[in-house]
Amino acid sequence: MLSLDHLNVVFNLGTRRAPVPLKAVRDVTLNLEKGDCLGLVGESGSGKSTIGRTILGLNRIETGRITFEGVDIGNLNRKSEMQLRQSAQMIFQDPHSSLNPRMTIFRSVAEPLVLHTSMRGAELRERVQELLNTVGLETQFLYRYPHELSGGQKQRVCIARAIALNPKLLVLDEPTSALDVSVQAQILEFLKGLQQRLGLTYLFISHNLAVVRHMCNKTAVLYLGRVIEEGPTEELFQKPLHPYTRALIDAVPLPKSGQDKRSKLIRGEIPSPIDLPPGCAFYGRCPHALDGVCNLTEIGHFSAGADRYVSCVLQDPQRSAALS
Amino acid sequence: MTQENIIMAEERQATWRERHQSTIRQLRLYAHTYSRNASAMLGLAIVALFFFVALFGPLFVPYPEDATGAIHLDNKLQPPSWEHWFGTDEVGADVFTRVIVGARVTLHISLFVTVVAMLIGVPLGIAAGYHGGRIGQVIMRLTDVFLSVPALILAIAIVGSMGPGVQNAIIALALAWWPGYVRLVQSKALSIRSAIYVDAARTMGASNFRIIFVHILPNCASPIIVKASMDMGMSILGIASLGFLGLGAQPPYPEWGAMISTGRNYLPDWWWYSFFPGISIFITVLGFNLVGDGLRDVLDPRGRK
Repeated sequence: MLSLDHLNVVFNLGTRRAPVPLKAVRDVTLNLEKGDCLGLVGESGSGKSTIGRTILGLNRIETGRITFEGVDIGNLNRKSEMQLRQSAQMIFQDPHSSLNPRMTIFRSVAEPLVLHTSMRGAELRERVQELLNTVGLETQFLYRYPHELSGGQKQRVCIARAIALNPKLLVLDEPTSALDVSVQAQILEFLKGLQQRLGLTYLFISHNLAVVRHMCNKTAVLYLGRVIEEGPTEELFQKPLHPYTRALIDAVPLPKSGQDKRSKLIRGEIPSPIDLPPGCAFYGRCPHALDGVCNLTEIGHFSAGADRYVSCVLQDPQRSAALS
Repeated sequence: MTQENIIMAEERQATWRERHQSTIRQLRLYAHTYSRNASAMLGLAIVALFFFVALFGPLFVPYPEDATGAIHLDNKLQPPSWEHWFGTDEVGADVFTRVIVGARVTLHISLFVTVVAMLIGVPLGIAAGYHGGRIGQVIMRLTDVFLSVPALILAIAIVGSMGPGVQNAIIALALAWWPGYVRLVQSKALSIRSAIYVDAARTMGASNFRIIFVHILPNCASPIIVKASMDMGMSILGIASLGFLGLGAQPPYPEWGAMISTGRNYLPDWWWYSFFPGISIFITVLGFNLVGDGLRDVLDPRGRK
């Protein structure tokens, strides 16, 4: 349904004459089937949000292709663009700034309907009320301004706005990270139910592993713009293959585990995406790094079971064959 | 009819008042905050009086013909008295009449200057801030050039090249006044352009036109309103300065600046001649500035000290 094929996104931090390229997304290939919920995890600056925004056409594609239902979204005319806008929507991280402070909730939720349909007047108002009911908001909020609502209510409004046109794909960019923990759970459960009821496909961007494990059937781990490991969520969490994935999962604090985990935590900083080192981007922080291999050659993607891919030399079948 | 249907039917007939409840509440809050600010209320009173005088003053002035150059030489340079509250000038015209009629002239001019400056400045600011790129660069550098010359000096230069007169003075002031709006709107549009709700609108397929008019302009409105109310005062000062320098209205046209200019020759013995137009300018400009300050406190609370 949605596929990203060797996607590269580059931002220019310099000027046109003296470009300073920042490679935010490097060679990302992902596939989503209808009904999937693909979790995209990684630390800040790993390119998670950039991928989501690029799918919605907010960033320019450097090379590679994104196809949505067989249509290449890299070159669209106005008509097919409007079609894409109907069937793919995004929910942003910060609900407080996702709503225009000068627009009432009614006008915000009605905006996609006004843009794409001929609904007006009473019909429009009914549809907006219906949408608010769907997301569990009372109609008393219809003519309120965003600043009169709580964070969780605002995020519900954003969800109502996103599903107004019955989209097929929702890109959820850390939809709960700006909310209280109690509200987070509510919104997550609601999103899960919504997916089942409306048969939606989710691209779920998060840095919260527990949330991803709870929500997604597939997970992809990003490091510096590259997918370093991908697979069915449970399998990936139970048997992480890439040292970085292992470190991420180990870093999740457990209550009363008693064991000192500090020894397992990875050290160092994520390298600068402007000045990328050759070889594996995780080389400098990897406890299993092999000098002369990891820091010199580009690491390919190796298949590791059904629907599982990992980008680490340690998992290279040819290499292990040669060693044994 | 089920319970639900009844509720739906009731909701469908939400009255105007219900639909705008939040807006009304917000406006009330604004009014409340504003009314608690004593200096802002003083400003509002001054501005209200100014508007009243400008609109209706010419209907009840004691000597209407004096505003258009009537001459009573036997009555010249009389001090303030019951017949002539503000005294008379060198041709015997009633200064009170001329100050009142001058208020209308002043309102005309300052409104025109402010509106034209906004009409030039706001679109350019939106273009520079929202579109950015090379066009934005060109607009901003041009604005910088205009801003580097004081507005009044620039206006004097423009009038100088077109010749003195009220019309030319208005045009010159309007042309000198817009760069401030470009600066203001550009910075605002630049920050709103990357707001998440603008991204959201874009992912919904909103056109640039819609984004500008529905999302960007309404969110730029409060600083524009504040600046416009201040500029009403500043342009009154500007037009009076041009009049005083002999580049704006020409006597006997009842314009405050021009009156001070002529009255200056009769200082200090016949002080009332330039004193009353001067105090009118002072009070009016003060009033608009106080209103502007008060509006800023209400509309843009972060700007508060």
